[in-house]
Amino acid sequence: MSRSATATTSTAESAKSTSSRPSSLHLLFNNKLATAGLIVFGLIVLVALAAPLLPLANPDATAPVDRLLRPLSDGHLLGTDALGRDILSRLIWGTRVSLAVGISATLIAAFFGSMIGLVAGYAGGRIDTLLMRGIDMVMAFPYILLALAIVAVLGPGLLNALYAIAVVNIPFFARNIRGIALGLSRREFVDAARLSGKSHPQILFLEVLPNVLPVIIITMSTTIGWMVLETAGLSFLGLGAQPPQADLGSMLGDGRKILFTAPHVSIIPGLMIFALVMSINLLGDGVRDVLDPRLKSGALTRPVARTAVIRDSVPQIAEPDANAVLDVRDLKTEFAFGGEIFKAVGGVDMSVGQGECLGIVGESGSGKSVSAMSIMGLVPTPPGRITGGVALLEGEDLFAATDERIRQLRGSAVSHVFQDPLSTLHPLFTVGDQLVEAIQAHQSLSGSEARAKAADLLKLVRIPNPAERLNAYPHELSGGMRQRVCIAMALADDARVIIADEPTTALDVTVQAQVLALLDTLRKERNAGILFITHDFGVVSAICDRVAVMYAGKFVETGKTEDILSSPAHPYTAKLIDCVPVLGQPERRLDAIEGRPPVVNKLPIGCAFAPRCPRAQDDCRAAPIPITRFGDGRTVRCIHPLTGEAANA
Amino acid sequence: MTSYISKRLLAAIPVLFGLTIIVFLIMAMIPGDPATAILGSYATPENVEKLNRDLGLDKPMFQQYLIWLTNLLHGDLGRSYTLNRPVLDEVMERFSATLILAGTSLILCSVFGLIAGVISAVRQFSWTDRIITFVVLVGISVPSFWLGLLLILVFAVNLKWFPASGMFAIYGGGDLPDLLHHLFLPAVTLAVVATGVIARLTRTAMLEVLRQDFIRTARAKGVSERAVIYRHAFKAALVTVIPVIGIQAGFVLGGAVYIETVFQWPGIGSMLVKAISTRDLLLVQGGVLVVAAAYVLFNLAADVVQTVLDPRLR
Repeated sequence: MSRSATATTSTAESAKSTSSRPSSLHLLFNNKLATAGLIVFGLIVLVALAAPLLPLANPDATAPVDRLLRPLSDGHLLGTDALGRDILSRLIWGTRVSLAVGISATLIAAFFGSMIGLVAGYAGGRIDTLLMRGIDMVMAFPYILLALAIVAVLGPGLLNALYAIAVVNIPFFARNIRGIALGLSRREFVDAARLSGKSHPQILFLEVLPNVLPVIIITMSTTIGWMVLETAGLSFLGLGAQPPQADLGSMLGDGRKILFTAPHVSIIPGLMIFALVMSINLLGDGVRDVLDPRLKSGALTRPVARTAVIRDSVPQIAEPDANAVLDVRDLKTEFAFGGEIFKAVGGVDMSVGQGECLGIVGESGSGKSVSAMSIMGLVPTPPGRITGGVALLEGEDLFAATDERIRQLRGSAVSHVFQDPLSTLHPLFTVGDQLVEAIQAHQSLSGSEARAKAADLLKLVRIPNPAERLNAYPHELSGGMRQRVCIAMALADDARVIIADEPTTALDVTVQAQVLALLDTLRKERNAGILFITHDFGVVSAICDRVAVMYAGKFVETGKTEDILSSPAHPYTAKLIDCVPVLGQPERRLDAIEGRPPVVNKLPIGCAFAPRCPRAQDDCRAAPIPITRFGDGRTVRCIHPLTGEAANA
Repeated sequence: MTSYISKRLLAAIPVLFGLTIIVFLIMAMIPGDPATAILGSYATPENVEKLNRDLGLDKPMFQQYLIWLTNLLHGDLGRSYTLNRPVLDEVMERFSATLILAGTSLILCSVFGLIAGVISAVRQFSWTDRIITFVVLVGISVPSFWLGLLLILVFAVNLKWFPASGMFAIYGGGDLPDLLHHLFLPAVTLAVVATGVIARLTRTAMLEVLRQDFIRTARAKGVSERAVIYRHAFKAALVTVIPVIGIQAGFVLGGAVYIETVFQWPGIGSMLVKAISTRDLLLVQGGVLVVAAAYVLFNLAADVVQTVLDPRLR
C-alpha cells in the first residue's frame, strides 16, 4: 500500500508543479503566524531604522530630577530609568544596536560556516574529515559556555560579544551546508562542470553555492533569533555592550538592580527582546516551511487509526454472494491533496470465498493496494477516505462498524501480510514480543502461554529453532525469515481472510517461491481466504484461483486464473502477461508496456487505457466503458476485446 | 552491549582531550602578557616571573600545553588570584550546585517536553495542538534571564511563594525541603527553552513515526490505538529524541550562566561571570573545562540510553 500511496503522492506533486504552483512568497503569506511575524519584525526594523528621524529625546541625556518615572508619565511614554533617561528613546536606540549586532553575527557565522561546509562537502576525503572533526570539537562545548570563554579572553565589549556569538554558531552552518554540498558534489552537473574545465572555485561558487543557498537561508532564519537572544544575554551579564553604549540586553541588566523598586525599567527591554525574537522565529519557521520541500503538501500529517468513511448512501446488494466470506461492492476510495481529489479506487466489486485465493494484478498506482487496504480501514486518513461502497465480512458491513469492532476484527477475522517485512516489523521489539502482542490482542492467554503459541506459529511457518528465534530482533533475520514471521503473525488468531499486499515483492526469487508455497499450503490447511495483491502474473499463476486485473482504479478484467492466462480478453491483461518471462522460452520478447498509467485526478471520459492501447479506436474514447460478462465467470471492461487468440501487439 | 558501552567510553577520551586543546588554545589567545592577565594588574614582578616559570610560558606552545595538561591530570588547575584558593576546589564546590540546578531542569524539560510533544502530535491540528505549538514557540523565544526576573516579581515579591534568590535560607535552612523551595523557580526558568525544543522535536518525531509501515502493522494486528501510540510509536520516537535531550544538556548547562546570575545561585555559571569581569582567567579556564567535560558525559549517557532502546545500534 505504501507503494501506491507514495505513487499517488508523487503524481500529486508532479501534477501540482505542472499546474499552478504558488510562489514561495505566496506560501509564506498563507501562513498566518509567519505573516504576523513578518509584520512585527518589519515594524521593529522600520522603527529602529527611523530612530534618527523620530522626535525622540536624547537617549543618553540624564535628568536626576525625573529619575524612575513610571510609564505613561508626562513627556516620557515608557517612563525613565535610574538616571532619568527616557526609556522609549533608549529602547528604540537599543533595538537598533541589538538588531545590528544580531544580524552582523548571523552574517559572519553564515559566511564562515558556509565556507567551511562548502569546502568540506565539495573536497570530501581528508579535508572533510579534518574540518568536520574540528567542528565536532567546537560543538562538544555547551554553546553559551564557549561564547563566555571567548569573551573572557577578548575582554567584555559589544564587538567581542558579537564575535563570540558568531563563532559558536559557525558549526550549525558548517554542518547543514556540508551535508547538502556533499550530495551535490557527486551530481552530474558538477561532473559536467569539472569536465568542461572549470576551476574548483568556479564550480564551488557558480554551480554548488546557488544550490545550497536555500539551506543557508533556512539556517540563517532559524539561528538569527538565538543570536539576538544570546548577544542580549551577554550584554545582560555585563559582558557585551559597555556604558554609555546600550543594547536591549544591557538595559535589562541595568534595570535588574532596581527590579523591586522600578520593575518597568527591566520589564520593557525584556519584552522588546521577546517580541523581536518571537517575530523572527515565527518568520523563520515560515521561511523554513516554504523552502524545505520535505514539509510541503502536508507531508507531516498523522494518519488516524482508521480510514475515514464518508458514504452518501449505503448501496443495497441485490444478490449477496452466499459463498463469499468477504464481499466488497462498488468500493470507492479517494485521496485529497491540496484542492485536488485523486480517485484511487473508482468502484470495485470483489469477493473471496473460504479457502479461495483472489489475485488483484496491476501496475503500481493502479489502486490495487488501496482497494485491499480500504477493507479494514488501513488507508491513511488524511489524505485518504472511503467515499462509497460496502465491504461485507460474513454479512457484516465493515464500513458501518464501530472503531472498536474494527479493532477486534483486525488481526483476528482479517489479517494482513505486507510488502517489505523489514519496514513492517517494529525494529525495536523482538519477533517474540510482536507475535505475543498479536496473540494477546484477541485471546486472553497468559504471557507464557502466548509465548508458547508464538513458538508454535514460528514452527508452522517452518522457521528452525522457533524458541530461540522469539528473542531475535527483525534486523537479525533474513528477508525470507522476516516475511515468514509476518505470515505467522497473520495466522496468530485463525483469520478467515488474509490480505496479502505484495508479500513476495521484496524477496528474491527462490525465497519468493518458498513463501508462496507456504501461503498456499496454509490456506488449504486452515481454509482461509486470501486476497493477494501483486503486479506479477507469474506469482498469480502460482497461487490464485481467480484474478482481477486493475487499471486506473477499476477492474478491467476478472475471471478464473487459467482462463485469463490462456486467453486474456483485455489488451492491458495481455500486455501484463507479456511482461512475465517464461522459463525455457528465451526467444519470447519481454514487452514493457509503453507509456505511464494515467493520473487518477484527470481520468479520460472513455477507456483509461486507450492512450496506451494498440487496439484503441474512436469509440473507446467517447464514453465510459461498462464491465460486461465475457463467457463463463468472466467479465471484461473493453468494447474491442481480444477473442482468445494470442495477443500480438 | 557492555562492549558497546565501554567502546563509547573509550571514544569519549579523545573528545575530552580535544576539549583541553580548545580550552588551552582559547587561553593562548589572550592579548598581551598572559602572566599579567592571569595575575591581574597588581601583580608583583616576582609573581609574574614565578608564574611564567610554572606555566612554562617561555617555552614553545606545544610544551606549554604538555605542562598544562600534566598539571591538569594531577588535579592542578592553578590558583585563583581573586579568591586565593586552588581553582579545582572552588570549581568543584560550585559545580555541585550547578549540577543540582541543571540536573533538575533537565529532568523537568525531558518529562514536560515529551508529554507536550506527544499530546501535540496525537491531537494534530486540534486546538490543543495549536495551543501547545504556540506556547512552545513562546518558550523558545523568551529570554530566560528576563523570564527569571518576571517569575521573581510575581512569585517571590508579590505572592511570596518562593524565595527570590540563593540556594538555602540564611537562617535555619539547609535541609532538602529548603533546597527544593529555593530550587523551584530557577529550575523551571532554566527548563523552559529546552522544554520547547524537546516538545517540538518530539511532535515531529511522533508524526514521522506514526506514518511508518510498522505502525500500520500494529494497527492491522488489532492492537488498541493507545498501545499503538504509547508503546509502538513513542518508543520509536524516543530513539530520535534521546540524543537531542543530550544536546539540551549543553543548553541547560550553558543557560545556567544566566539563571544562576538572576537567582544568585552559587553555581559555576555565576562564578564564571564574576571571574570574567575580574579577569580571573585561570578560574574561567577551570570552570569552562569542568562544565564542558560534564556535557561530554551527559551526551555519553544519552548515547548509552539510545543503545539500550535501539537494538540495531548494538
